[in-house]
Amino acid sequence: MISLAHYIVLGAVLFCIAVAGIFINRKNVIVLLMAIELMLLAVNINFIAFSRFFGDVAGQVFVFFILTVAAAESAIGLAILTLLFRNRRTINVAEFDDLRG
Amino acid sequence: MTLQLLAFYFFAFFAVLGALMVISLRNPVHAVLSLVLTFFSIACIWMLMEAEFLALALIVVYVGAVMVLFLFVVMMLDIRVATAREGFIRHLPVGIGVAAIMLAEMVALIGVRAMRVAPPPDPAAVAGESNVAWIGRALYTQYLLPFEVAALILTVGIVAAVALTLRHRSGVRHQDVSRQVAASATGRVRLVSMPAERGDGGAKP
Repeated sequence: MISLAHYIVLGAVLFCIAVAGIFINRKNVIVLLMAIELMLLAVNINFIAFSRFFGDVAGQVFVFFILTVAAAESAIGLAILTLLFRNRRTINVAEFDDLRG
Repeated sequence: MTLQLLAFYFFAFFAVLGALMVISLRNPVHAVLSLVLTFFSIACIWMLMEAEFLALALIVVYVGAVMVLFLFVVMMLDIRVATAREGFIRHLPVGIGVAAIMLAEMVALIGVRAMRVAPPPDPAAVAGESNVAWIGRALYTQYLLPFEVAALILTVGIVAAVALTLRHRSGVRHQDVSRQVAASATGRVRLVSMPAERGDGGAKP
């Protein structure tokens, strides 16, 4: 029997791996974008698990919209990344300091 | 241990393994490919939850489109792997520490024991239809406006991605079709009226 806890813990584990990835890979924007995709995936697992266990269609519809927005987000993010690389010849996060952040 | 539980652990193992490889592999191309492994395993887990439509959408949209886009970008950019790895060891303890604390907090918050409930019968099957019909009915009635807004967001995404990466390089000769079509004889040929030469021995003026 696969209980609700199995899915929720799997989602939590994936989310934490993605957080660790954001901390570790400070030099590579592409890996940061992939870590964000992992986080969205972990959240989607939770949505589908609760939708399945509560019998509510709203969770799965929400996952559909999250997939849509995440696809648009990664397309724009990669476009910005190509633009940054074209202008600065690097994808190092530490060198993107024009905003003095 | 039932076959379903065994399949869950199998897919979950590969999903976590792929996620660990995404954040730790040296070569970005390998990282993208392990992200594909993670997405595929998670799609199988969604199949176990009888969310067939979303599992297939994840494979088609993510593995088929978004990951290929990532691969294109990774191959297009000339990344020096050595410099992209600086600080990996330095940030490793912080990353692992934060992730471990977050995981412990989340698992404590979830209350694993309280959630050991058996899954109820599949709600779509109870309604007497397939998972696709179940989602489609909700999507096209109750959630029609959000569905159209999602389509709008995708259109804006396309336009924004093209507008961002489009550039006009100077010194490059383009073919301008509208100017070619609009060309007429009056703009190209100039008729000059000049006096005819007289044949007096071919003397040049």
